[in-house]
Amino acid sequence: MVTLTIDGREVQAEEGTTILEAARESNIYIPTLCYHEEVTPYGACRLCLVEVARNGREKLVASCLYEVAEGLRVKTNSERIASNRKMIMELLLARCPNNKAIQDLARQLGVEKTSFKLEDKQCILCALCVRVCQEVVGVSAISLVNRGVDRQMATPFYEPSDVCIGCGACAYVCPTGAIGFEDVGDTRYIHWPNNKMEFKLRKCKTCGNYWAPEKQLDYIIKKANLSPDAFDNCPDCRD
Amino acid sequence: MAKRETKRLSSPQELEALRKSIIEKRDHNKPCITICGGTGCLALAAQDVITGFRREIQEQGLETKVDIRITGCPGFCERGPLVVIKPENILYQQVKGEDVPEIVSATVKGNIVDRLLYTDPNTGKKITYEHEVPFYRKQKRLLLGDNSNIDPTEIRDYLALGGYAALSKVLFEMSPEQIIEEVKKSGLRGRGGGGFPTGVKWETCRQAQGDTRYIICNCDEGDPGAFMDRSLMEGNPHSVLEGMIIGAYAIGGHEGYIYVRNEYPLAVKNAQIAIEQTEEHGLLGKNILGSGFDFTVRISRGGGAFVCGESTALMASLEGKVGEPRAKYVHTVEKGLWEQPTNLNNVETWANVPLIIKNGADWYSKVGTEGSKGTKIFSLVGKINNTGLVEVPMGISLREIIYDIGGGIPGGKKFKAVQTGGPSGGCIPESLLDLPVDFDQLTKVGSMMGSGGMIVMDENSCMVDIAKYFIGFLEGESCGKCVPCREGLKRMGQILTDITEGRGKEGDIELLERLSAAITDSSLCALGSTASNPVLTTIRYFRDEYEAHIRDKRCPAGVCKELITYLIDEEKCPGCGLCVKACPVEAITFMGKKKPVVLDQEKCIKCGICYDVCKLDAVIKK
Repeated sequence: MVTLTIDGREVQAEEGTTILEAARESNIYIPTLCYHEEVTPYGACRLCLVEVARNGREKLVASCLYEVAEGLRVKTNSERIASNRKMIMELLLARCPNNKAIQDLARQLGVEKTSFKLEDKQCILCALCVRVCQEVVGVSAISLVNRGVDRQMATPFYEPSDVCIGCGACAYVCPTGAIGFEDVGDTRYIHWPNNKMEFKLRKCKTCGNYWAPEKQLDYIIKKANLSPDAFDNCPDCRD
Repeated sequence: MAKRETKRLSSPQELEALRKSIIEKRDHNKPCITICGGTGCLALAAQDVITGFRREIQEQGLETKVDIRITGCPGFCERGPLVVIKPENILYQQVKGEDVPEIVSATVKGNIVDRLLYTDPNTGKKITYEHEVPFYRKQKRLLLGDNSNIDPTEIRDYLALGGYAALSKVLFEMSPEQIIEEVKKSGLRGRGGGGFPTGVKWETCRQAQGDTRYIICNCDEGDPGAFMDRSLMEGNPHSVLEGMIIGAYAIGGHEGYIYVRNEYPLAVKNAQIAIEQTEEHGLLGKNILGSGFDFTVRISRGGGAFVCGESTALMASLEGKVGEPRAKYVHTVEKGLWEQPTNLNNVETWANVPLIIKNGADWYSKVGTEGSKGTKIFSLVGKINNTGLVEVPMGISLREIIYDIGGGIPGGKKFKAVQTGGPSGGCIPESLLDLPVDFDQLTKVGSMMGSGGMIVMDENSCMVDIAKYFIGFLEGESCGKCVPCREGLKRMGQILTDITEGRGKEGDIELLERLSAAITDSSLCALGSTASNPVLTTIRYFRDEYEAHIRDKRCPAGVCKELITYLIDEEKCPGCGLCVKACPVEAITFMGKKKPVVLDQEKCIKCGICYDVCKLDAVIKK
């Protein structure tokens, strides 16, 4: 365990954890958009910037990536941090002016309007969907394509993915709701910002309800080495 | 190249014996015609000259009387193709295929071809010898000097000049700690841009915990107009390799990579040949020179993304992943390539190492300033008379580089600014021309050393347009991972475009400053954190130009198309019709002889061709 100071408070944290994790443990709020405890930190949204003092110098670091250290002094809110966060929110608000999550966070950080020309996007390219698909689901059906301002989240060549199992984890972790997800009758629809896919749902042998994508169930059976009939019934109708 | 039997050298004595035999076999009074085979001269048809010399020597049966050597770039690209006759160093410039017979017969007879000599524009006098040409006089060519003395595909040339003696010295006479101490003492700082003390980096990497340590040479030079590393790698790859092997021994690494962009085919080829030759000679691979030390080097070709010059992005690319940077809170010397301690240095940094070992840290640190030792190579481009590659001692003034070496601004135009440090460097105005060039001074004025790009601008350059150009470049090269760089540079580009197209608003300058501050402070890597420099320095030194664009909708330099108008001066126009023929959109009408032409503003696309073709200044740009 190491002891560090966050906003004047002494905090204990395990070695190897990040400032963000230590702060959350101690109920100290740091805004984030691209962080999720289940995937590798990425450091892209830059909202979690905090100031750390080391060797007499104060520098701005991404708290989701910076590891705690004995005696580290951290500020999670200073004028410098606030002005950087505000500019980042102005940039995100210009990109996604009609997105509720972005509007709310902007307001919370003191940004009412943006100085820049408005676009109309929903995706902020935080790559949470991509990381969850790769690290948690393990299929890498989606990725970030192109570079710089042309960057997009998509399946390879914008074509329907052979490996996507339709689990919807990408939609679940998306912080802005940019990925649409809907089950209608026997079909699941996933709408990504740049392409969409449909998945056939399996019918429960007992109640007859459509309950999960065939591909997802086959994937789990294969991966966990289950019996082929393991998912004949929906969770409600299982013994 | 004839295949020779090569024996693996297994001791320093064998290396010295080989060196002696190479030198003894050479007739040092025999004239040698050296022809630049660097990319710049090749683009100017140097291949015709090379082929011409080979044929001429063969046809006249002069093989025993004259040698030919195809060398790397000596730097004076403006005057290429370059031919230098050794040992006297007679410089022939702008040589063409048809000049070859004359040069050959003059060389055999010991004569000089006057018409191909360089003429000093200041005195009008012809200059015979390379070192007397003003372009070379103030340079200190510790690294580039040998480019014109060796054939880069021929290890024997490098050995003849004392090559690999520094490697032999470290392997048998120095401990790794002593080498690191020597490099620290020399004051060498990283030439890739950051200026981090090389010896300290090596020491940290040596002390880092890991299963293995990797050594990387960064040859991913991507700045527009820069070709320092390219020319070193093309012209003297062995100096870079020798530096890498010494570094590997000091750090305790056994695997190395040269990451070189694929757009540098000659650099890739020459580096590959150099690796093969050093391996054949036992200077690379297992048990180097019989010392028991093993080190291999492989080439990895980069796809050309500018951001892959950033060390963490480069390592991601080397691993076969997308070339995106990561945060460097844990330094790459501790966890770099494949999570192992990795020491990355730039081409020029590596090439300095053998010099330091051979001549000692005290010798090396005599050159340069307090905080920046040695020389620095710059590629001097833009509105400058002598475009080329220059190597100067740290601490020389910008004025000396631009006027004494660069020969000043073409066409008698006025100097306006010089941008140092690549696209994310800053623009330095005339009032700071006496600034001594070193790492710290350049940073102080808002620019940086970068890897050594130097772009000169004259009075006809619009500084807002320049800022727009560089931001456009960086926007295109941003990897897009973090918000401030991706979204911020896009917005910066939009604001600058608006200003140059007459849509600038009050408050734009302040918004640019606020945006710059956030991009600098919050971006993930150095691409983002330095990207605002061109904007911030042009606002700092040329604010009046921004204000003229925004308030008066005027481009003082007459560059921004939307803000300029071309008019016909009716008093001066004799109706010659030259502009009428030249206009690509038929916007100018011929009204009869001796009557001024008429320009239709509705049709005019402001291309400026009429302005350029008019010999009587009858077209006015407003």
